[in-house]
Amino acid sequence: MTDTPVTFDRFTVNRVRILALLALAMAAPFVTYPVLGMTVLCFGLFACSFNLLLGYTGLLSFGHAAFLGTAAYVTAHALKVWELPTLPSLALGAGAAALLGAVFGLIATRRHGIYFAMVTLALAQMMFFVFLKAPFTGGEDGLQGVPRGSLFGLIDLSDDTTLYYVVLTIVVFGLWVIHRAIHSPFGEILKAIRENEARVTSLGYDVARYKLLAFVLSAGLAGLAGATKVLVFKFATLADVHWHVSGEVVLMTLLGGVGTVIGPMLGAAVVVVLQNELADKVGSFVTIIIGVIFILCVLTFRRGIAGELNDLRRRVLGDARSGSADG
Amino acid sequence: MLKGSSIGLCVGALLSLGTAHAEITDGVVRIGVLNDQSGIYAGLSGPGSIWAARKAVEDFQPEKHGLKVEVVAADHQNKPDIGSSIARKWIDVDKVDMIVDVPTSSVILAVNQVVQEKNKVMIVSGGGTADLTGAACTPNSIHWTYDTWALANATGKAVVKTGGDSWYFLTADYAFGHALERDTEAVVLKNGGKVLGRIRHPFPGTDFSSFLLQAQASRAKIIGLANAGGDTINAIKQAAEFGITQGGQNLAGLLVFMSDVQALGLNAAQGLILTEAWYWDMTDENRKFAQAFTAANRGAFPTSAQAGVYSAVTHYLKTVATQKEDGDGAKVVAAMKATPTDDPLFGKGTIRADGRKIHPLYLFEVKKPSESKKPGDFYKLRATIPAEEAFRPLEDGGCPLVKK
Amino acid sequence: MTEIFGFPIQALMGQLVLGLVNGSFYAMLSIGLSVIFGMLNIINFAHGAFYMIGAFLAWMGLYYWGISYWWSLILVPLAVALIGIAVERTLLQWIYKLDHLYGLLLTFGIALVIEGMFRHWFGVAGQPFDVPEGLTGGFNLGFMFLPKYRAWVIAASLTVCVGTWFVIEKTRLGSYLRAATENPKLTQAFGINVPIMVMLIYGLGVGLAGFAGVLAAPVLQVSPLMGSNMIIVVFAVVVIGGMGSIVGSIATGLMLGVVEAIPKVFYPEISSTMVFIIMAIVLLLRPAGLFGKER
Repeated sequence: MTDTPVTFDRFTVNRVRILALLALAMAAPFVTYPVLGMTVLCFGLFACSFNLLLGYTGLLSFGHAAFLGTAAYVTAHALKVWELPTLPSLALGAGAAALLGAVFGLIATRRHGIYFAMVTLALAQMMFFVFLKAPFTGGEDGLQGVPRGSLFGLIDLSDDTTLYYVVLTIVVFGLWVIHRAIHSPFGEILKAIRENEARVTSLGYDVARYKLLAFVLSAGLAGLAGATKVLVFKFATLADVHWHVSGEVVLMTLLGGVGTVIGPMLGAAVVVVLQNELADKVGSFVTIIIGVIFILCVLTFRRGIAGELNDLRRRVLGDARSGSADG
Repeated sequence: MLKGSSIGLCVGALLSLGTAHAEITDGVVRIGVLNDQSGIYAGLSGPGSIWAARKAVEDFQPEKHGLKVEVVAADHQNKPDIGSSIARKWIDVDKVDMIVDVPTSSVILAVNQVVQEKNKVMIVSGGGTADLTGAACTPNSIHWTYDTWALANATGKAVVKTGGDSWYFLTADYAFGHALERDTEAVVLKNGGKVLGRIRHPFPGTDFSSFLLQAQASRAKIIGLANAGGDTINAIKQAAEFGITQGGQNLAGLLVFMSDVQALGLNAAQGLILTEAWYWDMTDENRKFAQAFTAANRGAFPTSAQAGVYSAVTHYLKTVATQKEDGDGAKVVAAMKATPTDDPLFGKGTIRADGRKIHPLYLFEVKKPSESKKPGDFYKLRATIPAEEAFRPLEDGGCPLVKK
Repeated sequence: MTEIFGFPIQALMGQLVLGLVNGSFYAMLSIGLSVIFGMLNIINFAHGAFYMIGAFLAWMGLYYWGISYWWSLILVPLAVALIGIAVERTLLQWIYKLDHLYGLLLTFGIALVIEGMFRHWFGVAGQPFDVPEGLTGGFNLGFMFLPKYRAWVIAASLTVCVGTWFVIEKTRLGSYLRAATENPKLTQAFGINVPIMVMLIYGLGVGLAGFAGVLAAPVLQVSPLMGSNMIIVVFAVVVIGGMGSIVGSIATGLMLGVVEAIPKVFYPEISSTMVFIIMAIVLLLRPAGLFGKER
């Protein structure tokens, strides 16, 4: 399809684009408000992890809130009650989410399409109930006043700007994992499953195992996002496990661009900024505006922000400068 | 409509800016109304609370006190992370000095942390978690209008004393529901009543008929509704349908507001017993306030939470004007606690060391449709709970500020 | 007196009857959802919003224009169907050829907009709506007090459900409808206007939701949130019953209402999670739902 020079150009373009985005992310605290930036990063990682399933494996999970929420509760509990250091707490949260992902995945990947989505929704609703009833979660009030702790006992995380860079590092790590997964042979098989599952089976691959692995990876990264979110806000509440969050992540991914690496991050940025910035400007119009965006998204630009931008760039054809305009 | 707007800017204030009032950070006192603008608590707080805050500023006439006051507002969508990040941004970027209203317990507790960390002020009116003056109390927060303990206590005690000595609870399976049930049960037992049973229903619920049937079968004299908003409305509506009140049982709403009664209509709500801190048809001042309120809010009558916002903002502005200080939140709150409160709607009152605003509470019964003479004529007063008995005793809350 | 697990059997009977009432609502809502899915291939997330519009129109009719409950029962479903048709013509018709996901997302967006507008106009506290004259009071069945209105709900919804089933499965119009969706090109070739058929189906589906809304108005809180509280359960009902199966929706709706009634006695906290537990189990044992055919 593409001849060699274009591929080379694309490679550099990607480099430039990633560096530009990273530079932008590094500079963000000086321009915007760090807590907003961190919220965007956390939800961005969450959406990217979700996209690993939807965009690259073709599985629509409607229960991803369970992973975000489980990790948040575990991390919060580890930090507040067990008083563990920050990094192990994060790892514990992400690990718990991955474990839950293995359970969900084992059950849900037996089903396809909308039934897959429904099974994940059902399981996530059960987790909601578990967290509602579990004594350690504090009901809907949640676990409040979770300490941020410090990094290796050296760097105090109570300062928002310091924390921002830590969160950025975590999120970049998460994105790197996703990037590596997608561009590995494993990722190629996932994409092949998305395109034609039967053919992959006929080639002798154990499709179920690949789907399960993708699910666990996605759950673990969603968990990492949830765990990191606890550091930012210092609490974990029932709102994280609600099915609305599972719906929101679909919106973020769709808006940003299904099946693009960075798209969901952009989508998350738009949604989070809308929710936070519109909150004191339009009042009760927030729901309507988000609904309209949904509709426009489906009707006019289904490829999402990143997808449309890629398309635009392709039309301008391999021009490296247009690539950096993506940020 | 909901844009942050500046009120009370006048030439006098402009001239005095920057020189005479250097203690007012950046020269403007900014009040942020943080609440639910379109969700389940929008009726009891929502846009009405924003209006009340603006009205309080207007009536205070900041220019006469050499102040410039701005009111901003935001919808926290009942999500703690949104509430918390708005609060942070307001304080850090927009230089908001005080946050008021805040329904939804999880958001209150989240914002509470932020406000304490940044040393600003939070005054809760729309929210009810009694933890705010208990384990979670801070030198930066005041709980103004009501709390779950006070409502449970007032309704429970008054009902038992008037013969409603056997109870059955319909409880939302959420922390606030459990708290309401626990506190009511304690006061019922203490006053010689008994509890025949309870049902914890999922939140939010739609169909209550099954639970009502079980409550009916218990033959308890009182069915206590330890839930809120839509759940309470559905439960009451369906209780009327099942002839619960005609069967001799009474409903006691433990967390019911004027907005809920308005949504039910008197046909369904008649006979309901409830406690509120404020009712519009009690004094001339209240009626005047309500008249302006209904005109500006599409015919809705003010709730106690909205009146509480007015009252809280008034006291806050008075304190800021006398202290000439809005930057150091703990200092302002300490001064607010030291000064008795006095405003047109809540009258005279005090604020306790744990941040609890003290005033009387009123036990109301919802009128029959035939007794209602005018729009909004919903309640008849059954009892007044004097200020000193209305709220949880200072020593029982476990507020760390009190132990010291 | 006989008891089951220490619970008097008579009381349990009462619970089962109430379950049937809830089941009627589930059935009526899921039938529309199911018809729309079966024929348009769209997972209509906006269904709850149309149900809410139905309840609101009934209220507005009564309070603004003095239209009685009984007239509303006829007029409101028609009005809701018209609104639905407008939505179908302007928005939905562009996405029929796309993946399910887009239909779900588009209707989710539509639901948000509708709900948001009602929230903005009416707030969420809800509107008063009394049980209509003639249906107040109730029957004493010995084991329970059954309000007349609840009995009416069961009767009305069953009639409508069976009527819908009859129209679609047994009449000529129904066979056109089914043909138009199963093989649009061929049907078009026979001279039947397929887009109009599709439009009618969507109108019919959401009209049923509107009817359910009017039925619900006297017993449930008439509030913009009433649809979104309901939709996810109804969704589960459709999936359990088998997507696209009309009989499945009716039977599952009623059954689920009854099954849900049991935990409401023994462990009420779990009653709203029950439907999801059942859904997970059913999907694992019968991938296409209880009444669905594997595609």
